[in-house]
Amino acid sequence: MEYFFELLLSGLTRGSIYALIALGYTMVYGIIQLINFAHGEVYMIGAFTALIVASILTMLGWNEIAILFIASVVAVVYSMAYGYTLEKVAYKPLRHAPRLSALISAIGMSLFLQNYVLLAQTSDFMPFPSLIPDLEILEPIAHLITTPEIAIILTTAIVMVLLTFMIKFTRVGKAMRATSQDREMAMLVGVDVNRVISITFIVGSATAALGGVLIASHVGQINFYIGFIAGIKAFVAAVLGGIGSMPGAVLGSLVLGCAEAFFTGFVSSDYEDVFAFIILVVILIFRPAGILGRSDISKV
Amino acid sequence: MEPILQVNALTMDFGGLRALDRLDLEIGQREIVALIGPNGAGKTTFFNCLTGIYPPTEGEMLIRRPDRKTKKLNGLKPNHVTEAGLARTFQNIRLFQNMTVLENVMIGRHCRTSAGIIGAIAKNKATRQEENKIVEDSYAVLEKIGLAEFVNEFAKNLPYGAQRRLEIARAMATEPFLLLLDEPAAGMNPLETRELDELIVRIRDQEGITILLIEHDMKLVMSLSDRIYVVDYGKKIAQGTPQEIKNNPAVIKAYLGEDADA
Repeated sequence: MEYFFELLLSGLTRGSIYALIALGYTMVYGIIQLINFAHGEVYMIGAFTALIVASILTMLGWNEIAILFIASVVAVVYSMAYGYTLEKVAYKPLRHAPRLSALISAIGMSLFLQNYVLLAQTSDFMPFPSLIPDLEILEPIAHLITTPEIAIILTTAIVMVLLTFMIKFTRVGKAMRATSQDREMAMLVGVDVNRVISITFIVGSATAALGGVLIASHVGQINFYIGFIAGIKAFVAAVLGGIGSMPGAVLGSLVLGCAEAFFTGFVSSDYEDVFAFIILVVILIFRPAGILGRSDISKV
Repeated sequence: MEPILQVNALTMDFGGLRALDRLDLEIGQREIVALIGPNGAGKTTFFNCLTGIYPPTEGEMLIRRPDRKTKKLNGLKPNHVTEAGLARTFQNIRLFQNMTVLENVMIGRHCRTSAGIIGAIAKNKATRQEENKIVEDSYAVLEKIGLAEFVNEFAKNLPYGAQRRLEIARAMATEPFLLLLDEPAAGMNPLETRELDELIVRIRDQEGITILLIEHDMKLVMSLSDRIYVVDYGKKIAQGTPQEIKNNPAVIKAYLGEDADA
């Protein structure tokens, strides 16, 4: 039974990371119906930025918590700039082109960013310092869940609450919902749609970068390729939950994370990724719009 | 009469198709003007050019408001046209279906307020006050249009006539000086149409808003309009008071065909 809880908690941790990335996918999709394949790369760049900042500050002998905080903030801000630029350079010029063109552009940006980091940072795995200290109070339950895992789950929960608040109650959130429902009409009631799209990319990049920092610190090593794998998994999670829906993205991520953890724990870790995609296929056969997705019934 | 909207030789080509052909149009302040014509005559295209959805091929569109500089609409994006004081509705209802009635109207208010992105997220005191003001103003608009009972309903759950009125309410929330209504009576029953007639007159009389409408319901057009423009194949074929239009042979020909003796 304890083994079960251990797996469940590790699944939730994993799912939380997927959720931080999947939120960006689903928000961007909700607003401009684009699968932003370069989104995983933003997460990877967040992790690298944090690594560089953390290394410098460690050399200067700063304290762990301060490093964690500053590295996260720098990584988040830097990734926001990437997300903003990405949209302006790669997607905005293609806004009125067929959807496939923007998708190809997204794949191109993904490859570009991967290879640019590959050239700048080599293909080696780099050790990432464990930035989240183990708290002594949590020692008694350390065999079940570690402090970094709790930190990851908590962070995701907080981000989720903040985002929900933003979407539901702020003016930017209202503008986002309006834009996602009918972009032209939103412009006609005075919404600056370009700004709304930029904000969406910026917010999505921020959460992805936060995920990057947390997972890198948890796993302890990063390379240029982590964004691709995590990006694909998060994309699967977003589709699983119903792409375009924010609660769906989180739910899909947790389902995927737990399913992977249980499969690894009870069956075999070799087929973990295979299993992830089998779940995707099975769920989509029975619920093509995802768990929380609504299929549109068009009135004629 | 000094026109507040002046359109000169507006032309819109879609590839080889000329949807608007050197169309001239003027609207004076506090007028109710109707734009009529057979299906496919280019009426909605005209609205789309005015509101920045299509860039016209040629011609100019000017707004001249008293006490303000003349402004050219050519090249403005839809959200800037809205800021300049034009608002519109669509012939097929285009509400934000999954938002409440109040939210639909509040969205329209946002372009008249100032809080930026930081304030919108952080919610300092000024933003909160402004946000409260937006809610109050939005209620006021809904009350005027007679939708106050529905404030917290989702737009998609409203009865048809109420959805149509909500479109007008949302447009009104942007504080336009010129309201463009695209077939506001489409699909309405006679009672709803009569209420719409009264509503439009009230908007003009009480709010001082000028109105340009596209409409196929001739009874409504004749009772409502001060002046009427008739277009066919993108060209203006007649203009004048309802009485003049009724007896204009070119109009009768456009509607009934070449050999009709009607």
